Amino acid sequence: MNRRKLTSITAAGLALGLLASCGGGGGTDNNGATGFNAAAERVVNQSTKTGGTLQGALSSDWDSIDPGNTYYAFSWNFARTYGRALTTFKTGAGDAGLELTPDLAQGLGEVSADGKTVTYKLRPNIKFEDGTPVTSKDVKYAVARTYARDVLPNGPTYFVDLLDAGDYAGPYKNKDLNAFTGIQTPDDQTIVFKLKQPFGDFDYLVSSPQTVPVPQAKDTGAKYLEHPISTGPYKVDSYVPGKEFILSKNTNWDASTDPNRKQLADKIDIKLNTNAEDIDNRLLAGSLDFDVAGSGVQASAQSKILSNASLKENADNVFSGRLWYFVMDEKVAPFDNVDCRKAVQYATDKVSLQTAYGGPVAGGDIANTMLPPNIVGHQDFNLYPTPDNKGDVNKAKEALAACGQPNGFNTKILLRSDRPHEVSAGEALQQALAKANIKAEIVSVPAGQYYTRFAGAPNYMHQNNIGIAFTGWQADWPTGFGFLQQLVDGRTIKPQGNTNIEEMNLPNVNALFDQAAASKDPAQREQIYGQIDKAAMEQASVVPFLYGKGLLYRNPQMTNVVISFAYGMYDYSILGIS
Amino acid sequence: MTRYILTRVLGAVLMLVVTSIVVFGIFFIVPRLAGQTTDQLAAQYVAKDPSPEEIAAIKQKLGLDQPVVIQYGRFVKGIVVGREFQFGPDTEYCPPPCFGYSFKTQRPVWPDLVDRLSVTFSLAIGASIIWLVAGVSIGVLSALRRGTFFDRFAMIIALAGVSLPIFFTGLLSLALFKPTGVNYVPFTDSPFEWAYNLLLPWITLAFLYAALYARLTRAGMLETMSQDFIRTARAKGLPERTVTTKHALRATLTPILTLFGLDIGLLLGGAVLTESTFSLPGIGRYAIDAIGNNDLPQVLGVTMLAAFFIVVANLIVDILYAVADPRVRLS
Repeated sequence: MNRRKLTSITAAGLALGLLASCGGGGGTDNNGATGFNAAAERVVNQSTKTGGTLQGALSSDWDSIDPGNTYYAFSWNFARTYGRALTTFKTGAGDAGLELTPDLAQGLGEVSADGKTVTYKLRPNIKFEDGTPVTSKDVKYAVARTYARDVLPNGPTYFVDLLDAGDYAGPYKNKDLNAFTGIQTPDDQTIVFKLKQPFGDFDYLVSSPQTVPVPQAKDTGAKYLEHPISTGPYKVDSYVPGKEFILSKNTNWDASTDPNRKQLADKIDIKLNTNAEDIDNRLLAGSLDFDVAGSGVQASAQSKILSNASLKENADNVFSGRLWYFVMDEKVAPFDNVDCRKAVQYATDKVSLQTAYGGPVAGGDIANTMLPPNIVGHQDFNLYPTPDNKGDVNKAKEALAACGQPNGFNTKILLRSDRPHEVSAGEALQQALAKANIKAEIVSVPAGQYYTRFAGAPNYMHQNNIGIAFTGWQADWPTGFGFLQQLVDGRTIKPQGNTNIEEMNLPNVNALFDQAAASKDPAQREQIYGQIDKAAMEQASVVPFLYGKGLLYRNPQMTNVVISFAYGMYDYSILGIS
Repeated sequence: MTRYILTRVLGAVLMLVVTSIVVFGIFFIVPRLAGQTTDQLAAQYVAKDPSPEEIAAIKQKLGLDQPVVIQYGRFVKGIVVGREFQFGPDTEYCPPPCFGYSFKTQRPVWPDLVDRLSVTFSLAIGASIIWLVAGVSIGVLSALRRGTFFDRFAMIIALAGVSLPIFFTGLLSLALFKPTGVNYVPFTDSPFEWAYNLLLPWITLAFLYAALYARLTRAGMLETMSQDFIRTARAKGLPERTVTTKHALRATLTPILTLFGLDIGLLLGGAVLTESTFSLPGIGRYAIDAIGNNDLPQVLGVTMLAAFFIVVANLIVDILYAVADPRVRLS
């Protein structure tokens, strides 16, 4: 920590010196020196220089650029360039990037005494790209349209689940916005959310692009993605699915109403469905500024970057916020016995799993808790320590004896056949378990329906006697609640699309979630998240093994580059080009 | 002749209908045989953690709750007279040929296909000219200089061309010659930029085909050169140049042109590997995404388009055959 501080102070000092020698003539102040992992510690290449085109690329396509109909992390991050939600994440390195700050709103939510009403006041003088003022009704409408799940199916359903709106079915079936009772707008600047029950992380929920205002008159339903009406520094010039996404400066965006973003480049040009290796080549050749997906370069580019000092200083090896883990289904014998689960905890060689995922740089750091380090509530502990994380056969055998299976048992490992990392991890686990006389057979199924038909369908798990299933998770917002609730709260178990695959249903864990939701004190919530993590690990049915990391490369031409801890990739709302 | 063409056209239409039925069947019946319910099918088009109500709504919207026969009927109706969709506040009319709306992007399929056709077309035209010219001339020269260093060298290169996959040669050539990547520019925007950017994909794709054509031309030429009519031509005292170009090459070219027609038809349906490797937003890339997303309207649209090109290419080849060779017409 000290060393980190020292380097950034030195860098700032150097930059000041440079500035002084420049005589303050130009628009560029070069503080924020570059270096390996620099963007994780400071804003690299700080500059106020305007002009130029930011070139981005994506190896896939957006699920939708409609702010109300998207669910990818990169998309939420990027949506901030053309849409302003009620709150957003601060721009800054390290934990600062996890802090919420008001965006459309003047302040964070004011919660009523019973916790069921949250009120936001909008900042004045915010306009849409066509110059019309943004009112609270536009925000209400934006949330209302996410209720039309048949038209806009991609986004999350938190508002549908939390707001007290009866059986409201969205504004396409009933065009009268007054029918939507979950939100009230007493005046054009005030928006009041009515909740069914208290929800501590509500400020995080409204940071999602689902609260980016949409004018009802301009809404074209599923076709809105052809031209979402901008409130951010950029507006959509054109979006052709699978081909390209081009944005240019929004002249009706006013920097004085927006302390969080910058409007530096004239244009942002993103090529979609670009071959992944091609993206890496272009990045390293300097013809591309950033990979929008933000998940890191491919294997061949990794070795190029790591072996070349001048490339390496433009790279960052950062936590993606993703956890790779496997679970044991508590409803499938012999994993209905906690000691049998512990046997697997001890037998697991996490180093071999890390290697299967590409090693420490491309794969990530070995995990012993469910919450990754860049999530609010993360605590460091290890309930099942083994020497060097390589597994402990003796302890595993002791646990086996305790569970009444001293000679081991047979089980099945479920994984996705089209995920090469997962397949090798499955084989590595199979070998590690065999050392403790646990014989596991691998069952591989297609990824496309993993959660709807296989791992996410408890019936499938039971009928086919699947004891172990591989999975991964990334939170919708970076707190313990956002991360853990869908994974270990027993009330979220579903017949399909289930993410609580281990079927953990503990009254004390469920109660902790309620306690966190009702708490208005962020520090207390943070502490409860740590408790949940520990209680879940004590149950022994989840085996976290990797906090996912990626090697990101930034074009040295790009200015104001910093990793947003909230999204686990570069913050897209302040980028410029020199 | 008219009757011959008519029966061929009718056969082509029938072929397209059968193709669409087969694709529909693969999409709906095969998963069902594997024990998948329509709920599970619909769940793919909703966000993570869908509730049963959401799945039901999506199922209804996409028409997956209807019997397959009715869904097929709607699909055909869309192509012939168009269809109406409601994906928002207003009802949308999708004019014929309406291949429906994508399950994932919720955009009409046809305009996107037409948009991408220009890329695939550009790729196919440029590459085919290069490979036809290069392949045939190398083949002829090899045949004429059989056994020389040139022949052996050319045939080794040709062997490499046939055996090396595009994703290898493509990535290699990108890394060597254009690490900054290929950016497709429409011909109408700037013909020079268009050609400049497509040159590498053209050559890479042509390398594969030229190799094949060179080998075929060489074999054809060698065979033709040993025919009696060549000996007769030489005996008549014709110059060697006339013998090779007018007599031998012409006879060799007939099967090559047949193959050429079919290859072009196949390519227009999407040069999947080339487009993916060079990140060209053409039909082939569209097909991959459609299949990856399990997006039936897109899969159907792209399959029908590809089938259309192949059927049309076949038709043209058949007709040209009949024109060139009277025996085909008579049988």
